[in-house]
Amino acid sequence: METKLDELMIGQRAVVKNVLGEGKIRRRLFDMGITPGAELYLKKKAPLGDPLEITIRGYELTLRKSEAANVVCFIEEKK
Amino acid sequence: MKHFALAGNPNCGKTTLFNSLTGATAHVGNWPGVTVDKKEGLYKKAKEPISIVDLPGIYSLSPYTPEEVISRNYILEEKPDCVINVVDATNLERNLYLTTQLLEIDVPVVIALNMMDIIKKNGDAINPQSLERELGVPVICISAQKGENLNKLMDLAYNECLKKRKGKSLLEGSALSHLVKDCESAFRGLEVENPLFHAIKLVEMDSLEVAAHKDLVKIVDEFKKEFSDDTFGYDLEAIVADQRYKYISTHYSKSKTSNKVKNKDQLTLSDKVDRILTNKWAGIPIFLLILFAIFHLTFSENLFYLGGLFSELSPSFDGSIFEGLFWTSGGINSPGVFLQTFLTSITDWFTGVAKGWLETSPAWVSGFLCDGVLAGLFSVLSFVPQILLLFLFFSILEDSGYMARVAFILDRIFRKFGLSGRAFMPMIMGFGCSVPAMINTRTLADEKERTATIRVIPFFSCGAKLPILTAIAGAIVTQFGVGNADLITYGMYILGMATAIIAVLVMRHTSMRGEVPPFIMELPAYHRPQPKALSLHLWDKLKHFIKKAFTIILASTILIWFMSHFSFDWKFLEDAQMNESILAGIGQLVKPLFTPLGFGSQLGAWGWVFVVAAITGLIAKENVIATFGTLAACIVAGFEANETLEGVDSVIQMIVATGITIPALLSFIAFNMTTIPCFAAVGTAKAELPKGKLAFTVIFWLATSYIVSMAVYLIGSWWWTSFIFLAIIAVAIISIHFINKYKDNKRIVGA
Repeated sequence: METKLDELMIGQRAVVKNVLGEGKIRRRLFDMGITPGAELYLKKKAPLGDPLEITIRGYELTLRKSEAANVVCFIEEKK
Repeated sequence: MKHFALAGNPNCGKTTLFNSLTGATAHVGNWPGVTVDKKEGLYKKAKEPISIVDLPGIYSLSPYTPEEVISRNYILEEKPDCVINVVDATNLERNLYLTTQLLEIDVPVVIALNMMDIIKKNGDAINPQSLERELGVPVICISAQKGENLNKLMDLAYNECLKKRKGKSLLEGSALSHLVKDCESAFRGLEVENPLFHAIKLVEMDSLEVAAHKDLVKIVDEFKKEFSDDTFGYDLEAIVADQRYKYISTHYSKSKTSNKVKNKDQLTLSDKVDRILTNKWAGIPIFLLILFAIFHLTFSENLFYLGGLFSELSPSFDGSIFEGLFWTSGGINSPGVFLQTFLTSITDWFTGVAKGWLETSPAWVSGFLCDGVLAGLFSVLSFVPQILLLFLFFSILEDSGYMARVAFILDRIFRKFGLSGRAFMPMIMGFGCSVPAMINTRTLADEKERTATIRVIPFFSCGAKLPILTAIAGAIVTQFGVGNADLITYGMYILGMATAIIAVLVMRHTSMRGEVPPFIMELPAYHRPQPKALSLHLWDKLKHFIKKAFTIILASTILIWFMSHFSFDWKFLEDAQMNESILAGIGQLVKPLFTPLGFGSQLGAWGWVFVVAAITGLIAKENVIATFGTLAACIVAGFEANETLEGVDSVIQMIVATGITIPALLSFIAFNMTTIPCFAAVGTAKAELPKGKLAFTVIFWLATSYIVSMAVYLIGSWWWTSFIFLAIIAVAIISIHFINKYKDNKRIVGA
């Protein structure tokens, strides 16, 4: 099922499909390892609901919902 | 001499390696972006001395923040003989992403796989030979922290630097290889160094590269017309990043083997700690509690509020010999107050001894040395323990990785003020010292955010302002018998922070308008603070402070003493005649300016002392209390600083001499907290701010301090004036709102 990173539920795993937007932020997201095919996992949300903490490529990354909205992911269907 | 550069991701252990190699004491922290400027040191154990440069951490050679530009420019322009690429083995994939870019430069590279001890502890293994085969450059496992294999690493790097190395790209053989070749030969034609690197950056449409070689962009544009990728279309930037990560995951995941079959849901200790500290409900209260505990342990004279209980339980216990040192009638001293009292009793003893020696010498010699030099110097030095303690607590929080989580927790709130959670770090560093705090703003990517942050950093009251706070708060409680020294101190800290928030809000709506900057940040794993790194950091801070005390503060103290003991016609003045001195003359002249703030003309004959103290504080904030120390010792005949804290005593003398009111004293603190911090900070601000922003920044500090302290004095003295201030604020908010609306409308019409 296709969705955006900011719409994932805590504990859900997904695979990055594409990163939308343009400019510096998009470039940064690439540099931090959010590239197509990368597996990620929404670890938690900050106490006030934003930003998000994800695990990607074996490390923890935090980003805001507004930035996460650019990341299109694909949720693997649970068996 | 050979030059080696240390390059790698932020927080991968470059600075720890640098310190181990050079014996330096650079600050290390568990926060991505602790090193924001390059540092140089010498490695002496090789055949010839080698200069080692520690570069700020970078994720990529397409820079995003100002400190990342420093690293890129150093490698490209200063041409080190060898680049030691420090790679965090626990985070191989993302670290190798930078490696793939470094390898494109024509420079010898050695890869140091750091933190191998943690990999072993986790039961994992990495095969360096396999990595070496794939990358084509030497790879060696090290542990920077434990000092494993460091000499081998340097030998390897030394051998490599004698050879030449051509840049190599993983894009060879990909769909983009022809384009890269074309661009490369174009750069070769222009005789640009590192043609392959520049070619690939051009293909990535890296902003610095495009700006530097506008005429070459057409090669890429031509190519794009005929090219299309299945997923990304003609988005070359995405394709290159994707290729890099694909290459890494297909080739290098092979070299890593996990011995333990890890249960994916099994939590590490770091995860468990994190669950509590960033808990949805407990996260923010825990943060506030920690902050309170730190200040409490440093400043409180009633530790854990046990005072009442203590005297209840032991009415018959006679501890009078220890009274004052460990506790007072009010309660047990916190470690900070204990250390301070302890140090004060030593300096008092020393002053007494010095006075004894100088008994037979002329009055002015003893006056100059004891009242001028020693009184000024000691009133500042007595605060060293508290400053160090505060620094220690913040270092522990930073080193453990908690600070990064605080940025995570607070981002939502910071965004309301137009900042990102990353701005939290420089601000909290401001409690220690404004200078490193301002330099640390380089981790902020957005220029307007940086400018706004640099301007409000001084409002986070630094260690040097602490003496002003504690001395005056202590004096208010002792002299007027009202309030609680702790509460006044906390209150003034909060006033400073509130000023910062309001100032940021105003700036983000007027001169610094713009989008809220992004917040994309790595959260490092928690780890136990390193006693070695902590003690190095504290020692560094202590050295810095002592150096300052014996240079700028000592010089100012001597100058103040001379200016207060000589009249304009160079006649030596007795202590009692000080009102005729040069200093008094200057003070009297500018005094009226400070009347609305409560410490100007209304203070009578000795009123100029407050004005002079505030002015000397513009050079360095330690001077304020040092000035009181010097002048009070002279004004009040027979005044001897002992038994209690020297700073507090001299302020009490000044209160008696001038009849200053409590609101005026608070206004005096507020003025010092929000005005020009010190010469050192102004110099740093000049270097860190964008060109042409310094003059306005200095005016901004002066204006803010004038307004804030006037508000404190007027509202404190006559409560109904608060309505006038509220009215002015309301008018300001409404006019800013309408001006912005007008500007936006104009922009829309213009577009």
